[in-house]
Amino acid sequence: MVQPLDRLVETPSQTAGPYVHIGCIPSFAGVKGIYAEDLGTSPINGTPKGEVITITGSVFDGTGWALRDAMFESWQADAAGKFAGHADADPAVTGFCRFAADKDRGTFTLTTVKPGAVAHRNGAMQAPHISLWIVARGLNNGLQTRIYFNDEDNTDDPLLSRIEQTPRVQTLIARKTGERQYRFDIRLQGDDETVFLDI
Amino acid sequence: MADLGPLVPRNRAAHPVAYDPDYKTSVARSPKWALLSMESTPSEETGPRFGHQVLGEWDNNLIMNYTRGKAAAMGERILLHGRVLDEFGRPVPHTLIELWQANAGGRYRHIKDSYLAPLDPNFGGCGRTITNENGDYEFLTIRPGAYPWQNRGNDWRPMHIHISVFGHSFGQRLITQMYFEGDPLIDKCPIAATIKSRSQLDRLVAPLDMSKSRPLDYLAYKFDIVLRGRRQTMFENKLEGM
Ligand SMILES: [Fe+3]
Repeated sequence: MVQPLDRLVETPSQTAGPYVHIGCIPSFAGVKGIYAEDLGTSPINGTPKGEVITITGSVFDGTGWALRDAMFESWQADAAGKFAGHADADPAVTGFCRFAADKDRGTFTLTTVKPGAVAHRNGAMQAPHISLWIVARGLNNGLQTRIYFNDEDNTDDPLLSRIEQTPRVQTLIARKTGERQYRFDIRLQGDDETVFLDI
Repeated sequence: MADLGPLVPRNRAAHPVAYDPDYKTSVARSPKWALLSMESTPSEETGPRFGHQVLGEWDNNLIMNYTRGKAAAMGERILLHGRVLDEFGRPVPHTLIELWQANAGGRYRHIKDSYLAPLDPNFGGCGRTITNENGDYEFLTIRPGAYPWQNRGNDWRPMHIHISVFGHSFGQRLITQMYFEGDPLIDKCPIAATIKSRSQLDRLVAPLDMSKSRPLDYLAYKFDIVLRGRRQTMFENKLEGM
């Protein structure tokens, strides 16, 4: 016998279900008047330093159908690569946003400041990216992924460099489609399944 | 703030499987390839913080918050309380907990819920609070009803409350569901059954807690939540070569 290891185990996840909006974005579900406003309606307030961009996309299931009931949360640094709470962080960047796929077409839109490169603990730099968390009916665990940008230098990013099948790197890179506009689609299954993270 | 180390990697065996044919929606929505595992970075170790200024007076009282104190929701009144801890048993203070649930008849106030049970004019179905310095939280609510859903021929969800917790790092983010002690539908539920470890599923079943029940007013259920921890060793804070 050995000494007991008195560690606790993380509480298991369960699907957020089809009614996640009631709890997280109540006005989207048609529940009004309980909270003064929904939480995390925008990751910026006022005029942040840097470039304000819009990212549009959809989450597709294995049949190619865009999910109408997904909810997203994004978390990111400001244009200088600092997270809210850091002494030098841009006060106009909260960094957190909650948004839902459109009920009819399944598209989402995130308007935010383009993040800067973020230093890793060991000093290496991570290419600019936005962390994305996806929950929906049918997803038993929330899915973590990242949005990188095709007009940034991603070559030395420590996470992208770990993807052995290099064509899959493209699944994490938003494509510039116009002035301050990007497209980022997520595929849950199929040949171009998005790289999801355990991080 | 202390220089905390990386997040403890998730034990995926403690969580549900992604693909489970008995939960039909998971079939086309579950990723097939392995997740990319990596040590956490500041992007996962930091996260949004919410202070008491986001909370309104009635936010953790689902019995009264839809009518702002004017009329009570229908149903069996309960106190839901518990503690948020990390894997090392340390309390997680000042973290936002949100919940949502069906009314006493099993109907959600959502544009897409068309179950024939009626809406309760005095029940909205969401609430939120922030843990205190010891990681404790409390909600007053009503016990939600079980409801049928389209899956296999005749599937019913056990009584449950959906719970969302932030912790202090984006990598700790968790959404789960709590069930009620003694509900026979738990063992028939394909969503509960996506958790393959019986002891882990049992951790989602809140026991009746008579010590916190208030006579002639409400029953109480206790639901503790454990989030990922952060590794802290003396080595982590040491300078190179020391
Ligand atoms: Fe539910």
